[in-house]
Amino acid sequence: MNMVFLLTGIAIMMAGGLAALLVPRRGHWASTLGSTCVVAGCITGLIPAVRILLGAPAEVLHRSWSVPYGSFHVELDALSAFFLIPILLLCALAAIYGIEYLRPYRDRKSLGASWFFFSLLVASMILVTTARNIMLFLVAWEVMSLASFFLVTFEHEDEKVSQAGWTYLVATHLGTLFLLAMFALLGLHSGSPELAGGTSPVKAVADHANLLFILAIIGFGTKAGFMPFHVWLPEAHPAAPSHVSAIMSGVMIKTGIYGLLRTLTFLGPPPAWWGWLLIAIGLTSGVLGVLFALAQHDLKRLLAYHSVENIGIIAIGLGVGLLGLSLHSVSMAVLGFGGGLLHVLNHACFKGLLFFGAGSVLHATGSREIDRLGGLLKRMPWTGWTFLVGAAAIAGLPPLNGFVSELLIYLGALEGVRTTSPLHLLLMAGAVAGLALIGGLALACFAKAFGVVFLGEARSADAGGGHECGWLMRVPMLVLAAACVAIGLLGPLAVLSLARAIAVVGGMPENVVRATIANPRDVLIAVVGVSFILLLLTAGLIVFRRRLLEGRMVSSTVTWDCGYARPTARMQYTASSFAQPLTRFFQPFLRTRTALTPPVEYFPPSASLATHTDDVWREKGYSPVFRGAAWVFSKLRRLQHGRVQTYVLYIAVTLLALLLWKLR
Amino acid sequence: MRVFSLCQPLLALTLAPLLLGIISRVKAFVAGREGPPLIQPYLDLFRLLGKGAVYSRTTTAVFRLAPVVGLAAVAAAVLLLPIGGTRAVIAFPGDLVLLAYLLGLLRFLTVIGALDTGSSFEGMGASREVHFSSLAEPVLMLAVAALARKLDSISLSGIYMPLSFGTWLAAGPALVMAAVAMLVIVLAENARIPVDDPNTHLELTMIHEVMVLDYSGPDLAFILYGAALKLWVFGSLLVGLCVPVRTGWFVVDAGAFLLGMFALAVIVGIIESAMARLRLLRVPQLLVGAGALAVLALVLVARS
Repeated sequence: MNMVFLLTGIAIMMAGGLAALLVPRRGHWASTLGSTCVVAGCITGLIPAVRILLGAPAEVLHRSWSVPYGSFHVELDALSAFFLIPILLLCALAAIYGIEYLRPYRDRKSLGASWFFFSLLVASMILVTTARNIMLFLVAWEVMSLASFFLVTFEHEDEKVSQAGWTYLVATHLGTLFLLAMFALLGLHSGSPELAGGTSPVKAVADHANLLFILAIIGFGTKAGFMPFHVWLPEAHPAAPSHVSAIMSGVMIKTGIYGLLRTLTFLGPPPAWWGWLLIAIGLTSGVLGVLFALAQHDLKRLLAYHSVENIGIIAIGLGVGLLGLSLHSVSMAVLGFGGGLLHVLNHACFKGLLFFGAGSVLHATGSREIDRLGGLLKRMPWTGWTFLVGAAAIAGLPPLNGFVSELLIYLGALEGVRTTSPLHLLLMAGAVAGLALIGGLALACFAKAFGVVFLGEARSADAGGGHECGWLMRVPMLVLAAACVAIGLLGPLAVLSLARAIAVVGGMPENVVRATIANPRDVLIAVVGVSFILLLLTAGLIVFRRRLLEGRMVSSTVTWDCGYARPTARMQYTASSFAQPLTRFFQPFLRTRTALTPPVEYFPPSASLATHTDDVWREKGYSPVFRGAAWVFSKLRRLQHGRVQTYVLYIAVTLLALLLWKLR
Repeated sequence: MRVFSLCQPLLALTLAPLLLGIISRVKAFVAGREGPPLIQPYLDLFRLLGKGAVYSRTTTAVFRLAPVVGLAAVAAAVLLLPIGGTRAVIAFPGDLVLLAYLLGLLRFLTVIGALDTGSSFEGMGASREVHFSSLAEPVLMLAVAALARKLDSISLSGIYMPLSFGTWLAAGPALVMAAVAMLVIVLAENARIPVDDPNTHLELTMIHEVMVLDYSGPDLAFILYGAALKLWVFGSLLVGLCVPVRTGWFVVDAGAFLLGMFALAVIVGIIESAMARLRLLRVPQLLVGAGALAVLALVLVARS
């Protein structure tokens, strides 16, 4: 029954996408049709996902398929259901948002194609999270990559956008290459192309588990955005239309996390170094991700780097969980996996919200350049206040949802600090300190993003003319902001709903997980108590302040600039100057390039300062390799120059060689 | 027992401004002046609460919300603190993370409140605040993690309640290092010399004072009171470690704790009198040094 709902949802979406392709090219019918069908399909799909997560038994559908090694084998278990919920929720909201967001493009773009690829992307993500056959999984994975490629290159006439699209396409296929190897080995050793879960791992698979794990880390890590495989992410996410950026950053990269977790269920008990590796990757991605975000001038690029950071936090959580499994500490495993999984959901909420907000700013002002914006909260109150909620949530501040999942990971790591052997203790303390550093830097970065974009005065004419977006864009932002608050205040319930998914990931019996998860639940009940005290105190103080100011003189004037009589908006602190102390302190990692023409003499004619922070991994790691490859291949070009005689010679030489080899 | 737990927030809420009074009195004494009365901070607070307010036209509701939510956050953090051998009002595993993040909430709001004015001075202060705090936060976590390991608990009450002179005898060097790291954090997070100079409003060197330049009246009172509570919160983490008097009699334990807090205020006053503020570029080095001490403390407790 649940499976029928899910497949019906996919069918509705695809029908809508195809219909959107067929309607007349210009006009808004494509948007309305495509969006409505995606929303309907998502809601249909949410029903079974919620039911399974709340306790309905897992369901399987197995049909034969004429593709070699292929079969249409899908299963909806708790882990799949857990990932489906953010996917379907965010995609439905993005579809609503997209109607208004794409409206300005109506006259020069084929919106039908965009909606077709949008529904294809959603449908393929559903299949990726439910497929239980290697071929089906890889096909869905590839469709997902291609659909998102076409969505990224929506504005392909822009050189930067098409460049970003190619980077993404190359990166995602390199990742898939490792997945292909991984699945080939997995199928070979397990003796079946089916990814049937739940049973104990096959011995041949467990023997090669280390190799499979590394391949999965690279393959799935490329999609998820683990550093150093993240280079496509800060290129592709800002280039895409904002509702697509929200989906890609919010949920599509999580399919990488899903794939990794699903693979882990086949590999048997993990050795400790898997946990170490994931924590190391998590710390690298987390700290460097947020540092690069701090150095960015482009709002959407900043958000994209924050996705790398949050994937890092998730990886730390999973690493703590794996270490817990290998040390037989059930509480560490439950806390680590629980925190990581919950952060997947939370990140979908606030990153979706923030990308919607950035899209709304872009829509209104035509600029993503943080230093050109300012003072938007007055003209765009809905966008501004919801963005503030998202910013506080992503910085992990209580009482919002980001804090709940980060607290669980902290608890797991602190549990490790308390109980494990000295060597593991230092690693766990590193995770704790790393999380604290990431938290502090994320706070700095979002104080910068929110403060400079929405507060103060407009820094350029673009920002001065900003207008609030319409209801179709407002409602998705409001829903996500409400979700951030709700998960924050209902943390104990949220964590209980994770129990079945954690049981699948950790290969632990469900009742053990349920018994262990009672501890973090009690912690979160106390946290909710403090949150309500916080809200009550705030309300009380607001009333107190209003009482105090009643009947007194409350006047308004200009900002006090220490007696300077003619302050202008250009004298405000900019995002670059705000981040400068931190970017300078971390210069060895960031390698920011600065072009400075200093002011000279008493009446300087002109002066300029430009800073640019390229991705170090891209510049120092990938670019030389790809340039080297291009150089090698350019040498091969000599073989093919169009002279027919030489081609005949090649054939003759080949034949001769083959003949000699046969005679040998 | 519960009644005694409630005493801690009451003491914090009433006595926190006194710490500021002691500090300025000590500074005046060292400088050979008489100085303001000890209750001057209370007088300031009452005077400010009685005034009207002036707001900049640039600001939005964020500016008005920031002091209120900030004070609420630090007041909520006070509830998580144990005193002497007495449990905190609210104690649970991992409460130190909530404590740190509540203070993070205070910082976030102060910073965006400062950016809301559009003043370049306040932007400068905000920028420095997030820089130093983001380095200070891991140090605090590491220091508390060392204590958590030593005392086998991950809740503040579980760490501080069983702490005794015996713990100091068993792991003295580690605790000294953790305490020094915490002292640096107390100074850095509370805008004290050698990180920040609370007396200079108008120089390009200060951090916290400049962020609140545009506040007046009750809002400024909330901010000053919140700053006093924040000093109390960080101070009691340090004093709880350094004054391990756990007799079981609440009056003795709390008395020793209070004496410790006053002594801390005196020490802060002496530090402020005896040294100059560090150059801004040196501050991160101080914080990283404190972090190194915390890591050493962790290594020492891990070994034992």
